[in-house]
Amino acid sequence: MADRKLGLKEKYQLMTRGLDWETTYQPMDKVFPFDKYEGIKIKDWSKWEDPFRLTMDAYWKYQSEKERKLYAILDSFSQNNGQLNISDARYMTAIKLWAQGITPLEYYAHRGFCHVGRHFRGAGARVACQMQALDELRHAQTQMHAFSHYNKYFSGLHQAIHMRDRAWYLSIPKSFFEDALTSGPFEFVTSISFAFEYVLTNLLFMPFVSGAAYNGDMATTTFGFSAQSDESRHMTLGLEVVKFVLEQHEDNVPIMQRYIDKWFWRGYRLLALVGTMMDYMLPKKVMSWAEAWGIYWEENGFALFNDLSRYGIRLPKYHEIATKEKLHITHQAWNVFYTACPATGFHAWLPQPYEMDWLSEKYGETFDRFYRPRYELFGEMEKAGKRFYTNRLPFVCQTCQVPDFFTEVDNPMKQAVRHHEWRGMKFNFCSDGCKDIFVNEPEKFCQSYIPPQQIYQGNAGGARTLQEYAAWLHCPMGSDAGDYYSSDDYKNWLKWHGGRDTSPTTAAA
Amino acid sequence: MNLHDKVFISFQNNDEARPIIDAIIADNPGAIVSEMPAMIKIDVPKRLVVKRETIEQNIGRAFDLQSIHINLISLSGNIDESEDEFVLAWGKRG
Repeated sequence: MADRKLGLKEKYQLMTRGLDWETTYQPMDKVFPFDKYEGIKIKDWSKWEDPFRLTMDAYWKYQSEKERKLYAILDSFSQNNGQLNISDARYMTAIKLWAQGITPLEYYAHRGFCHVGRHFRGAGARVACQMQALDELRHAQTQMHAFSHYNKYFSGLHQAIHMRDRAWYLSIPKSFFEDALTSGPFEFVTSISFAFEYVLTNLLFMPFVSGAAYNGDMATTTFGFSAQSDESRHMTLGLEVVKFVLEQHEDNVPIMQRYIDKWFWRGYRLLALVGTMMDYMLPKKVMSWAEAWGIYWEENGFALFNDLSRYGIRLPKYHEIATKEKLHITHQAWNVFYTACPATGFHAWLPQPYEMDWLSEKYGETFDRFYRPRYELFGEMEKAGKRFYTNRLPFVCQTCQVPDFFTEVDNPMKQAVRHHEWRGMKFNFCSDGCKDIFVNEPEKFCQSYIPPQQIYQGNAGGARTLQEYAAWLHCPMGSDAGDYYSSDDYKNWLKWHGGRDTSPTTAAA
Repeated sequence: MNLHDKVFISFQNNDEARPIIDAIIADNPGAIVSEMPAMIKIDVPKRLVVKRETIEQNIGRAFDLQSIHINLISLSGNIDESEDEFVLAWGKRG
């Protein structure tokens, strides 16, 4: 009999189906105890369709090729002292935030997908989640390898995991992922694969990583794009989960809509950090946060929801508020970075004149009217030797744990604060979006571990002052925290460049 | 152009991806190409197709369509994948 080469679809079918069975020693509900309590009804798991028909042998083949490319670039970057060729050492604050805040999330994602890769009843979904678990572990490892080179030369990268558990601002990404990890399996994949990866991660991995390339950071460019090519599989998994669940039963629609509303808002709040990386931490500019939001949410995100409308899914609640806030949040967040940086593991600074002009060009009257005057005042205070620090920890939202720097959407002069009473306790929020999330799940969110409150209660190694707290964080002023221009990073940068400040003087230098 | 019916694909801007990018531009007449540092993004209304045959013509040798993963950055839309075509489109799954 002549051999007939199998087509991709046939091959995929043969290699990925019929691998599971109905259990007989124990009832299926005991073997898969978590996939019903959310109320999601699945009639037929065999209707699951994998978007990419990537079999395990092809997966290993292409992943190993990606890995070889990536490590070849990391090697040449370190062998050629690539750290000296970044545009300016200010850029490193973005990398510190990535190492402290984002890389631990990759590891959390690995754990989360291991868990749901065990607990979905359908074998197709289990296999997809197990492959994603491998990808996520790869992302955590490649990022740590890339950053380990920078750690030899710059501060703030020495103990990312220690800092994740102690830095007040790192509870923002940490609590985001711990919320997802402690959800049911359908909520977990909707939160991470769909709302976070499909709708929002392009904003980090496309324009920011492109900006890393523009600023000479080939290490981040290579792991960033390599990770995002895995993400493109994860995103399609997220879309598949959502469509599969919506097609299975009409009762699933309101549950999925609530998950989408919640996780769009949580993801959006987390991305305030990314927006600040783009607008303030890239010395050479690629694209503003507002422009990226326009492309990746208002165009690409709307196209996605346009498509989902056939299932009765509408745009996420409060999306119009997120779009209005695009002109404000990065400036408001940078103000907190600038004023609160003594109690962190990174440096901050005032935008240089060329950057102020770029921000004016990108944000127009919003920047010139509300934010430029504040920076000019801070600049005068610096000249007078009175660099302004808040010298206290900020008040943060009970849900997203972001410092409440947000303002009312139609009045940028008024801080936005929301309150809710529950079981005799008063809780505070940054927005209606975050308040709604609490009101839907008060038993969960009343337990939030709010770092500024804990620190002031003495639960940060007994620290009583910000200096003692910084010591407990292992990030003292000057070496790891505080203003960039009085930091070791700046002194070293000048030393390595013969006393020259290499900062660009135009946005497109 | 309707902003809300586009699908997109993006690749690293390197020599390996160039024949793939050229094939997409040739096979999708409405394609809008945006270049940013180190990456290229291609938006197409409704449906985007990557054809093996066109890439093979560009490089003059056989090409496994799944190897687009190596230089792929991101994409949007529902995927339909065979040996000959990789299609991104909005619409019902399956």
